[in-house]
Order: sequence, then structure tokens, then C-alpha cells
Amino acid sequence: MTLKIPPHSHLKNHPEELPSAVEGCLKAIEEAKPLNAFVHVLADRARHKAVEVAQAAGRGEELPLRGMILAVKDNIAIEGTSLSCASRILKDFKSLFTATAVARLEKAGAIVIGKTNLDEFAMGSSCENSIFGPTHHPLDWERVPGGSSGGSAVAVAAGLVHEALGSDTGGSVRQPAAFCGVVGLKPTYGRVSRYGLVAFGSSLDQIAPFATNCQDAFAVLCIMGGKDARDSTSAAYPMSYPTDGLKPLGQKLRIGLPKEYLEEGLQAEIGEVVHQVAGRLEKAGHELVEVSLPHSKLAVAVYYVLATAEASSNLARYDGARYGFRERSAENLRELYEDSRAGGFGREVRRRIVLGTYVLSAGYYDAYYKKAQRVRRLVLGDFLDAFGRVDVILAPTTPTTAFKIGERIDDPLAMYLSDVYTTPANLAGIPAVSVPAGKDSKGLPIGVQIMGPHFSDELILQVGCEIERLHGRI
Amino acid sequence: MGEYDAVIGLEVHAQLITETKAFCTCPNRYGAPPNTLVCPVCLGMPGILPVLNRAMLEQAMKLAFAVGATIHPRSKFDRKNYFYPDLPKGYQISQYDEPFSTGGSIELQVDGHRKLIRIRRIHLEEDAGKSMHQPDGSTLVDMNRCGVPLVEVVSEPDMSSPAEARAYLNEIRRLVRWLSVCDGNMEEGSLRCDANVSVHRKESEEFGIATEVKNMNSIRGVERALAYEIERQIGVLENGGTITRQTLLWDEAAEIARPMRRKESSDDYRYFPEPDLVEVVVTPEWIEQISRGMMELPPARRRRFCQEYGLSEATAEILAGERGVADYFEALAKESGNAKSAANWVQGEVLRILKERNCEIASFPVSVSDLASLMKEVEAERLSLGGAKRVLDRMVETGQSPESIIEQEGFAQTSDAQEIEKVVREILARFPNEVVKYKSGKKNLFGFFVGETMKATKGQANPKVASEILQKLLS
Repeated sequence: MTLKIPPHSHLKNHPEELPSAVEGCLKAIEEAKPLNAFVHVLADRARHKAVEVAQAAGRGEELPLRGMILAVKDNIAIEGTSLSCASRILKDFKSLFTATAVARLEKAGAIVIGKTNLDEFAMGSSCENSIFGPTHHPLDWERVPGGSSGGSAVAVAAGLVHEALGSDTGGSVRQPAAFCGVVGLKPTYGRVSRYGLVAFGSSLDQIAPFATNCQDAFAVLCIMGGKDARDSTSAAYPMSYPTDGLKPLGQKLRIGLPKEYLEEGLQAEIGEVVHQVAGRLEKAGHELVEVSLPHSKLAVAVYYVLATAEASSNLARYDGARYGFRERSAENLRELYEDSRAGGFGREVRRRIVLGTYVLSAGYYDAYYKKAQRVRRLVLGDFLDAFGRVDVILAPTTPTTAFKIGERIDDPLAMYLSDVYTTPANLAGIPAVSVPAGKDSKGLPIGVQIMGPHFSDELILQVGCEIERLHGRI
Repeated sequence: MGEYDAVIGLEVHAQLITETKAFCTCPNRYGAPPNTLVCPVCLGMPGILPVLNRAMLEQAMKLAFAVGATIHPRSKFDRKNYFYPDLPKGYQISQYDEPFSTGGSIELQVDGHRKLIRIRRIHLEEDAGKSMHQPDGSTLVDMNRCGVPLVEVVSEPDMSSPAEARAYLNEIRRLVRWLSVCDGNMEEGSLRCDANVSVHRKESEEFGIATEVKNMNSIRGVERALAYEIERQIGVLENGGTITRQTLLWDEAAEIARPMRRKESSDDYRYFPEPDLVEVVVTPEWIEQISRGMMELPPARRRRFCQEYGLSEATAEILAGERGVADYFEALAKESGNAKSAANWVQGEVLRILKERNCEIASFPVSVSDLASLMKEVEAERLSLGGAKRVLDRMVETGQSPESIIEQEGFAQTSDAQEIEKVVREILARFPNEVVKYKSGKKNLFGFFVGETMKATKGQANPKVASEILQKLLS
């Protein structure tokens, strides 16, 4: 992976170069167009911001993220710009406001260069379910970059931007990060305001950064995180970015290896990489402990009940009545709803709306939604037990490396199982980061995942740094 | 209703008086041009999140206290999912299985007997927008109402007649206005009511199948709609039919309730916990703080009016009907030092003027101290009661003090016997026939002569002096 623009550290100290860096970035994006990572390039907006940031620097303003060029998944709102969610139903929709996370990053000197591709409404694990067509894996164009935040993962992996924002509801940042060989952090639920993130599964969604290393991911997390008066579920956790960044891990840790995550179903090479990483950590003085997370095997099933239930309600507002796609031929209200939604949503989204509607229906609520809530508490309970014995948990991020475009598109169950190791952290609300740790025999990246207790985002990133240090750059 | 008993339960929706809406910072105000009090949050735009307005909880707490309900330390919000153009999120934020409060009751006085109506629950929710169906078949939507905070007060089915339902609704309206929780305006929709009603034979223990009646826009409308629906149900049963569960819409103009067209799909609202809001937590300290700030409630005030001022129950009921009126009366009683007379003035004149001018006590233009000085003029016999009432009307019209009106317009009462006798003689001369009748025994004509005398003196004659002179001249 080579960065196609000057490094952020350079631009931070040479803000006068920002306008030309933005031009360079726009050119790189244009050249990488066949990857289909970006769906809307905000060229003029970025040019304008570059001048603004450079001028602020001229006035002596110290902005921690000065000159950081950022890509944003197209389900995160930026005032006056597209918020398509890769869906026909919002294809020409423009947001009236900016997401808190983006506003904070821009205030700190970041420059948003464009909006990236995703699976429609963040529903998918391959970045194929998009009205804009699939995004391609930068190392093998026949393969998927993972999803749903595939565009953002590719933007970082292809060196088009310094960092990118995605959203992680069941693994939508960690899985594509693992596939593309970059860092993807899903923060603790509540650590980052969801205001301006188009809701999919509200109790699971988090805005999440992609970066080339854990240090950079930490910077973005610190700036965009923290309590937001517009999001009642955001946590009042103090977040100020330490000027010297993420400190190296000072203590020796007990690191848990969950046996259920290393059994059958896992591509052998990925299992080997996890064990290699564990071995290096042990050699560095950390203690390895086998832990058990027995309910994690139910996580995918529980996830697809809860996330779809919430989605069926969250997506009810797209009905053709007020904004977005409207089926003009409808002759009455019912037809307007049915035809607009049938024509506006893609197959996977419709499938999940139907599933979510079903599990909330009278007579089925107890058997599905309520039961799933109970199992969700068991999944969390497993983690709490484990974190009584270990500081962090090391696990694979994905069961396989990047698969081929079209390979799973007609097999939703196989697609859903891509998230088997990532959904537990969303259900438990705990932070998890995927860091690149090796490659398979085809040269495709492999990621390992570090999970920690609630609000241990800093700690898991420190462990991530340690893995980067022990492993060297991939 | 003959051989049938009716069973009625009411669901009352009250829009809460708050500065801002339930989940966003838009002003909570009625009557603005359509779609001007809106923001991305209440419009349900992609990416928005609701944030609970604490003032909504405080208002609900006051009402819950006032009816003696149990406020739950923890409750939660749920989503009620359905599609409608005036519901921009496709769901309403409401409370389903863990409401804000449960229990409590409202005491009614109907036809001289007291009755306690139990309250099942009070829960919080947001209002939807307003659909206005046009004659050409199109529908306009005003989103100003989206997100206006509401409480829903659900009664037990404890009412057994339309009159009781009316009395219950009156009592709730009075209470929410008293507490300044809701302005109680049914025409503007700030207080709305749906009814569940069933009938069964008197000897039967089992309740009949209930129907739901909606769209009643006045308290009288509720009473009439229920009377209609009870009649209809009895008719169906008498003809050997069965009642089907359905929702009817009251048509005020036609005075009939029409079955609502079957709803899209069914009544499955797919409630589930609202993941965007945290639990509603009401701490004991907060409850304590609100309860300490609670004002005296209507029943207590009625009792105190009877005991402290010696008012009759009926008078106390009227004067304690509205907090502003009760406050005015009490201030007037203190200022004038004559509670009985103050009660008469407020009950008779003040309420009459408010009704005539269709205004609220808050905008009554005569101050307590001005009305008290007017009362003093009457007591000192410088002004007749009738004259004083006319002075009050002029005070209301002009906003001037009683003294200046009496001075300028010559309302001052005269007790000058000579002057009055002159007038009386003129009257008697004008009505010779009546004088003859009176003298031949039609003694009730006396009042007629007094009245004529007062009329001729524009109410300025001291009625006592005038009576004495009349007695003298007629005997």
C-alpha cells in the first residue's frame, strides 16, 4: 500500500501545501475510479476547506487534525451534500445538517474529500449491494473489499486518503478493514455520537474509523468521540486528544484467546495468523489465557433478529411521501408506499425489512425479538466473565479472507456468516479493533481482532500498536 | 338505556405546555403558519436522534400527582410503528409496557352523587403532524404538531353513562388547566378524547364487546357520540345482532358515528423499545422537589373555601373551577374583607363578563383592588348594587378606576329623600292603573314601582329610601 498523497504528518507541518495536496488527492481518486470507492467527490467543498485550514494555520491556530484528508461513508450526513446510503430511495437526497462526528473532525482541521460506497443502508458484507455498483478490492479487482463500509476501506487501503469513516453495526468496519489490510476500530457503543449516521440497527450502530495504523485511528476517535447533546445514548466519557498521541503499552497484559472463535469454519491460514500474533505477544511478556465465549456462536442469529427489527422501523420513514424516490404512478396512499418502497429499496434491504417486521409482529415478538434480547444479555455476560480474567481478547476478525465478487450475493446465509466473529462485540457494546497481521497464500490480507471491556478503546488500540510493532509493517 | 348498562372508558390525550417540543428544540406553540415550527429532528430526516425534554416529565409528574398516581422511578419509551403521511419517522415514540405512572383516580359529581373513576395509566408520547383533508380529495400535512409532547391518560372502564363521561372529561380538563399542564382546548386539539364503549344487559355479569369512538372535538360531542353509540349497540342487540369490534368516527355535523375504513393491514403496531432514548429515570429527590412545589388542588381548595369563607358547596365548586378565578376570588375576599360579597361578585359579574367577552380570567381588565373599592362604594351606600354593576361594565370597557367612572358618569347613589320623592310621584302619576290595582290588593306590583324608580334615576336612587317613600305614598 502506498499513500498517493503527502502524509498527514507532513501536511500538518506544511499547511501551505494543503490546496495542492487536495488537488493531488482529487487526481488520485479520479485515477482510481475503476475501484468504485467513491460515490460523490466533494471537490469544491474540499478545496474551500483546504484554503480555510491553511488560513487558520496562518493565523497561528493549532488544529490537531490539520490537513488530514478524510473520506466519509455515504450514510453519514454532511450538510448540503449527498446522503444516498447507496440506495435508489435516497439517490438524490441531500442532508440538511452535518453529523456530529464529522463536524468535530472538520473543526479539528480535517478535510472531507468525498463520500464512499457502501452496501445499501449498510446492509451487507461485500459492498456489492449498491445502486452505484460494487466496489473492488484494491489488490484483486475480482474480489470484494468487504462491507458494508467497503468504499471507505478501499479509500484508505489504496492510499487515496489518510483516514476514512465507516459505520459498524455488525462488523461493517472491521470486516472490510481485515479484507483490505487496514486498521478498523469499532468504538464502545456510545463513545461516538450517532447523530447524523443514518440509522440501521440503532442499538448496535457506531461511527468507526479506518486508518493505516492504530495511532491514527486513536486520533480520530478522540476528536470525534465524547458526549453529544444530540445523542442521548452517547457517553459522557472524557475525550481529549493527548498531544503526544497514544502511549505505548506500559504494562504486561493477560490476553484471552476464545476457543470458540478458533474452531471449525475458520480459514486455516487465519487461525495460524492469530496464533502467530498470540505467540509474539507472549514472547513480548504478555500472558495468554484460554477463555470461553459460548454464546458467541448465537451472535449472528441474534444479530439478524435485533438489527433487522430495528431496521424495519428505522427505514419506515423512506416511504415516498416526503423526500427521496417516489413511484409517480401510484394512485393512492397504499400504492404510493408499496410501490415507492418496492422500487426504492434493493433486494437485501427488502429482505431485512420483511425479516424485521416479522420478528416484531404480534404473536412472534416473544419468540424472536424478546428471546434475542435475552441471548444478547448472555453474549454480554460471557464477555463480562472473560474480562474478569483477562484484559483483552484476541480473535480472528473474519472467517475467510476476501471472497470473489458475486460469490455470495445469492447466498445470504453465507454472506451473514462473514460477520460471525464481529457481531458479538456489537451485541455486547464493547470496543473492538481489527489490525492487519498477515496474508494468506493468495496474498490477501488477514486481520486479527482485539476486543476489550467497555470504554477500553485506548487499551485495545495500544495492543494494536504493540502488534504492529512486533509484526512490522505489512 | 332501559334494560342495558353501558361501560365506558376514556383515553384522553393532553398536549403538554412546554417551551419546546418533546424531542427537539422547536417551539411548542399552536397556530403558527403550517410547517414553520419544524427541524430535521421532528421531520424525521435521515440521521436524526430524539433527545427527551425534561420539562415534559415535570408536567407529567404534576398531573400524576394530582390524580394520586404512582410515578415509576423507571420507565421506557417504545416505538409504535405505522405508516401515515403525518408521521414522518414511520413510528411514534410512545410508552407501551412500562408507562410513566399507573393508578390514581378522578372524583366526579354527577346528578348529586359522587363517583370515583379509576385511572389505569398515564404515559408519555409525541404528537403526530396534522392531516387536513381537502374537498378535492387531496390531503395537506402540517408538521408543526409533530413531536409536540403529549400525555395519554387512560381510565378504567368505570363510567356508565355519557353524562359521567362528560363529567370525567370536564374534571380532567379543569385539572390540566388548573395545573397549567395543558390549555385544555378541545377545538384546537390540545385536549383530545377517544372512548371505548360497550353495553350489556343489566342482569349480565359479563361486559359486552366494546367499540372505539374517535374524532370527538368537544365535551358535548363526547356526550352525544356516546349516547349515539350506546343507542346503536342496544339497537343491534335488540334486533338479535352482535357487536363487532371496530373503530367509529364521530361526525359532529351529521351527529352520527361512522365506521372507520378498515386500517391498512391491521392494528399490529409492532411495539419495541426505542433504542435511541435511554430509560426515563425519575429520582425520589426529583419527585420530592416537584411535590413540594405542587399547588393546592381543586378538591382541597373547594373544601377550604367552604370552611374558611363559609361558602356553599355549589359556590365553592364554581369559584374553584379554575385556578385563576379561585385566585381572583381569594384576593378579592382578602382585599374587600367581605368574602360572601366577593363570592357573589365573582360568581355573578366577573364570570358573566368573562363569558360575554369570551376571555380568560388572566386577561380580565379589572384589578382586584379596583373591584374591591367598587364593593366598598356599595357597602357605604354611595352606590346601588345595580349602579355598581353598570360601573363595573364601564370599568371593563374603559379600563378606568371606579372612582373616575362614578365621578364622570354620575353613577353616585342618591339618598336625598326629597329628590327621590319627586321621581316617585312622577312614576305613580304615569301608571295610574297599576296604582289602582296595587291598592286593590295586587301587592306584588311593588317591585314594579321600585324598578321604574330605579330606571328613572338611572339606578342612582338608594333603593331602600325609594322603597320607604313608595310605601308611604301608596298606603
